[in-house]
Amino acid sequence: MRIQVRCFAAVREIVGTGELVVDLPEGSTLAQLVDQVRAQFPRLEGLASSLLVSVNREYAAFDKGLAPGDEVALIPPVSGGGYV
Amino acid sequence: MFEITDQPLSLEPVVNAVRRSSSGAIATFLGVVRERTRGRQVRYLEYEAYREMAIPKMRVIADEIHRKWEVDEIAMVHRVGHLQVGEASVAIAVSAPHRHQALAACAYAIDRLKETVPIWKKEVWTDGEEWVGPPG
Repeated sequence: MRIQVRCFAAVREIVGTGELVVDLPEGSTLAQLVDQVRAQFPRLEGLASSLLVSVNREYAAFDKGLAPGDEVALIPPVSGGGYV
Repeated sequence: MFEITDQPLSLEPVVNAVRRSSSGAIATFLGVVRERTRGRQVRYLEYEAYREMAIPKMRVIADEIHRKWEVDEIAMVHRVGHLQVGEASVAIAVSAPHRHQALAACAYAIDRLKETVPIWKKEVWTDGEEWVGPPG
């Protein structure tokens, strides 16, 4: 199934776009989606422990099951930032 | 009135949005960009919102306020984009029959907005930058 993933702030900058489409097996959870995105973008590792996630515009727990057509958003509370 | 805008903010539109003949008080809050944050000199801030979620979350805060206090109306507007020091990032107004309810509800509104509404700011300092968002 294809899930639309909205990316904001530090996550958007690391991923390089405001929106990803992630292909996952039917019945996958939010945690599996986050793992897959993290594997694709290793620089997200620094944000992983503090990341909040929403499904269809509501904050959601990582064990939540996903359905085709869901809109997920990766909501970073505080970024590692970086000094220029 | 619950909005995300890229236009400069002022209190007058949010105050006018909450005026009711039943109200005896209108409390307001204006958040502005501070020159120094955590010991650093701010060059500018860049605000970004998950608009489709932010507006419903503002409405949830208003519902919470209506359950807690006797208030008439609530308005919240948050700005996005590039903000200079001194510019307003958020404007809130709450009208109520009496001042204590209006003041308490207005303080609650800005605290909850910062906790639950998906809006981020990138602080750009003279010596670096960092994204700050809703607390985890």
